[in-house]
Amino acid sequence: MYNAGKIIFGLLIFLALVTFPFYNNIGKVSAKPEPKIDTPEIQKLPENERKCVEPKDFMRGEHMQMLNDWRDSVVREDNGIYMSSQGKQFNMSLQNTCMKCHSNKKEFCDKCHNYMAVAPYCWTCHIQPKENKS
Amino acid sequence: MKIFFPLVIVMILVLLVFAGIKANLYFLFGVVIPYAALAVFVLGFIYRVLKWASSPVPFHIPTTCGQEKTLPWIKQNKIENPSSALGVIIRMALEVFAFRSLFRNLKTELRDGKIVYGSEKWLWAAGLAFHWSFLIILVRHLRFFMENVPVVLKTIEGLDSFLQIGVPLFYMTDAVILAAVTYLFLRRLYLPQIKYISLAADYFPLFLIFGIVLSGVLMRYFFKVHIVGVKILAMGLVGFNPDPKILSEIGAIFYVHLFLLSILFAYFPFSKLMHLGGVFLSPTRNLSNNSREVRHINPWNYPVHVHTYEEYENDFRDKMKKAGIPVEKE
Repeated sequence: MYNAGKIIFGLLIFLALVTFPFYNNIGKVSAKPEPKIDTPEIQKLPENERKCVEPKDFMRGEHMQMLNDWRDSVVREDNGIYMSSQGKQFNMSLQNTCMKCHSNKKEFCDKCHNYMAVAPYCWTCHIQPKENKS
Repeated sequence: MKIFFPLVIVMILVLLVFAGIKANLYFLFGVVIPYAALAVFVLGFIYRVLKWASSPVPFHIPTTCGQEKTLPWIKQNKIENPSSALGVIIRMALEVFAFRSLFRNLKTELRDGKIVYGSEKWLWAAGLAFHWSFLIILVRHLRFFMENVPVVLKTIEGLDSFLQIGVPLFYMTDAVILAAVTYLFLRRLYLPQIKYISLAADYFPLFLIFGIVLSGVLMRYFFKVHIVGVKILAMGLVGFNPDPKILSEIGAIFYVHLFLLSILFAYFPFSKLMHLGGVFLSPTRNLSNNSREVRHINPWNYPVHVHTYEEYENDFRDKMKKAGIPVEKE
């Protein structure tokens, strides 16, 4: 091998970069996010009515899109009523509809958002709920 | 043929994923293949570099385009014609980060029977846009592999999505890389000379990368997958402890994305993509132009027996004197 010093130095840099995700996680325990849906408001509802606006799988993937559509609908089209796929009507409102049941932002929204390192800009306009730490 | 063969291969690869998902081969596509691809990439990359390093570079052969170091009153171009290590490092940095030599790309044309040269920056611009967006996208993906995402990554992501279009926020690099890959492909189709020299090995990486970007874009903006599940899988993979239960909960399109990426990684060391490592080992770029200052000895030189004049004279001194030929030593 020619120029062994430089070649090995370069390959070490390559290895350090490629294996970074592996050694960076050594000794760290990764906890899965488990958003909590046990708020008092949800507990109050009878068992068969504990349902979100749309089914869980749809909400998991599309809630951000839905909130964006709601924002546009309310603010730009003056239409504040959402007709769900189950035929129920809801008031398009983050604070009054979503957060009424999911009043636990820290234990619900933030769980996945922090895990995924996404920072939705909901709270640049809306007022963040003040949560009791009890 | 050179175009359709790689295109069909990429399509078959995509269909393979859907077939695998149908057959419940989640563990194969989610765990085994990614690990295998990464291993092939790392070992293959090292193998290629070591193989290159086993070739001697006997002389300094940099391609230069500036004044060489010479008399003190002639100004040297220290970057374009470097004579020191620092100059080489600056020159290499410009090459790696800004594609300096591609910036000099010229277009040659016959006009009125004369050859004319003109500036041609499109390839440079598209190449730069492509590589930089690819890098930013790669770095952005680190958020799937880290528990606490550092501020640097969040800042990069914030800048990339700062137009705040749609939700999930639109990344500028997604559009840039799609446009750049499309340009680099159409260029090969449109220019007859480039089309003539393009091989299947030129089209295949383009199609593969296009497929990876497209599946990623579709997954983020259109057909949502269980994104938290993706991170749980990724964290499991880097911790060598993947959770088999999560595999079937992530959507099929994620596996298309992951499989095409695995193919790209595994294909990397055996293809032109090795220019990632090769750019650092280009003798026309990474050497200083000091062949007038330093004597470079060919490493494969074998000892040659040299018969010097002194030895010659020692052998024939008597005869030379007799013949009246002048000698240096009496």
